[in-house]
Amino acid sequence: MSCNTKPASAVGLCRLAATAMLSVGLLGSPAHAQKARTAKNAKTAQPAEFAGELDVMHVKGNVYLIGAAGGGAHSVFQIGPDGVVVVDTQTPATSAKLVEAIREVTPKPIRIILNTSALPDHTGGNLPVTKVGKFIGDRGEINVASIKGHEGVLNRMSGVIGTATRPEAAWPTDVYYTGTMDLHMNGEPVILIHHPAAATDGDSVVFFRGSDVIVAGEIFTPDSYPVIEPEQRGGSLQGTIDALNRIIDLAVPVMNAQGGTLVVPAYGPIADEYSVVIYRDMLTIIRDRIADLVKRGMTLDQVKAARPTLDYDGIYGTAPRGWTTNQFVEAAYRELSATVDKSSPDHATASP
Amino acid sequence: MQRRIAGGLLALALIAGPASAELDLTGAWGQKMHEDRLDRGGGPDIGDFTGLPINDAALLRAQTWDANKWSVPEHQCAPHPADYGPHGPAHIRIWTTTDPNSFKVVAYHIMLGWMNPVRTIWLDGRAHPSPNAPHTWEGFSTGVWDGDTLIVKTTHLKEGWIRRNGIPRSANGKLTEFLIRHDNVLTWVSAVEDPVYLTEPYVRSWNWVLAPGLWINPYTCDARVEVERPQGFVAHWLPPGMNPMLKEFSDKTGFPTQVTNGGANQLYPEYQLELKKLLPAQLPQWGEPPNPF
Repeated sequence: MSCNTKPASAVGLCRLAATAMLSVGLLGSPAHAQKARTAKNAKTAQPAEFAGELDVMHVKGNVYLIGAAGGGAHSVFQIGPDGVVVVDTQTPATSAKLVEAIREVTPKPIRIILNTSALPDHTGGNLPVTKVGKFIGDRGEINVASIKGHEGVLNRMSGVIGTATRPEAAWPTDVYYTGTMDLHMNGEPVILIHHPAAATDGDSVVFFRGSDVIVAGEIFTPDSYPVIEPEQRGGSLQGTIDALNRIIDLAVPVMNAQGGTLVVPAYGPIADEYSVVIYRDMLTIIRDRIADLVKRGMTLDQVKAARPTLDYDGIYGTAPRGWTTNQFVEAAYRELSATVDKSSPDHATASP
Repeated sequence: MQRRIAGGLLALALIAGPASAELDLTGAWGQKMHEDRLDRGGGPDIGDFTGLPINDAALLRAQTWDANKWSVPEHQCAPHPADYGPHGPAHIRIWTTTDPNSFKVVAYHIMLGWMNPVRTIWLDGRAHPSPNAPHTWEGFSTGVWDGDTLIVKTTHLKEGWIRRNGIPRSANGKLTEFLIRHDNVLTWVSAVEDPVYLTEPYVRSWNWVLAPGLWINPYTCDARVEVERPQGFVAHWLPPGMNPMLKEFSDKTGFPTQVTNGGANQLYPEYQLELKKLLPAQLPQWGEPPNPF
């Protein structure tokens, strides 16, 4: 864990987190160490390099998008005099081209990698990208980039939670376990905001406050229903809706409910507040419909037969990454069956 | 004589416009509300989906739709999307961006009166952007002249609506438009295609009259909390179809639900014969509502 980031407040937060991590490490060291050793020794198969061209575009201010490719999600990078901050690294298949794409925009070194979650399509390129980076820390400039994220990312990547064994050099080296982590890079605040149990148990929304760009990560997937896998990922439908509402709170349009703050999803077109509202509205409506059916005592099969997502399936049910409408409805049903108060059979005419 | 003809031809060549039949669309245009006035002004009845080539998914969205939506701050300042905007109310102003050297028109810009959305139609042959580029109310438009008709193709539309009572148009929708000027009348023909909610293209046309001096006022909109509600409030009817106002149009007109729910078959003349079989012998008579005073 590196605690040498600017400004002082962030250093304090980081050291607090470091102390907590140390405590966790001391308490749980055998399992963690064993899993870490396994991860160190794990041989990762080299995937075929992505043959296509990456879609690179300027988003706003200091921020650029590298479109999802090679099995990875969107990546974002911020440039400026301090160096480059990369948010999510796609997969090893695109790493070389990802670094090349950044080089075409700026010769500055990659200083920091931020992970919005531990999912492989967001962190798969951590290892090759950090290796070409140069972080300035307590020991001066070192020949790797600092990887930062919520501690849930570290827990998942190190195998402390779950069964994944990712190379240790790809793990975050600087994590936070409170609500936010503040950085200041390239003349603007960069704020990581944690949303518990949203898409995963380690999500961060990254807010480039000067550039007015929010990187939503897997919380916002406008080409698909959200993947809700609490056992495998730690996420939830309600947590995803809550996180979307927080993004809507942060975003400010210019006029006509458009423009202003731009929001980068995990996949699909760059959005503004209203595009997030469209997605949030859809999820809320489907949540309310399924909750209503659960209150009426319907079984999962009956809920599926009622087709509570029919009007949205043409947009979000095409399963671009294999997550089907059936899987989404099943996950929502399981969650709502456990949380909806079935003793009050009355259903509302509008939400909430 | 020959010299005079040659001189005349030279003069003609000097004063003539472009070789193609491109027309000048610039200026202020006043909207003619001679068709569908009630629908375009006050808005359609809730539950009136007649004449729309929609599928079951669109109908379910509309049966869920709640007009309370427009009181939620994040929805308050949404303008009409490009495909609905010309339906009105919409006086328009059109201007160009020209190349500073060749003076060729690089782009037309069209501002609509309500909410002042400005569309840009690129005529310089540029490609449409990447699928990852933002989707907006106006979308991304390119135009080409076909004789004296400007044909406009629009992609990158934000999800919108094709009728103001809940019938949606998805962000996968595409728009093709034909702008035709006859003297001082501008005819605008629009065809919306949407694989998600429409079973056939939805075609509409509208007219404007050139109105030099017509001034379009700035239209400002600042969202405010009008009704205190919990964070994340989403207005919708649950279960879908519970909105009692969905029946009002059917009650008023005597049209059975089978008719008010629309469908592509209603776009064709032969539907008149089918409609005769579906309507009751005696339709309710409705006209101007009684004066409440």
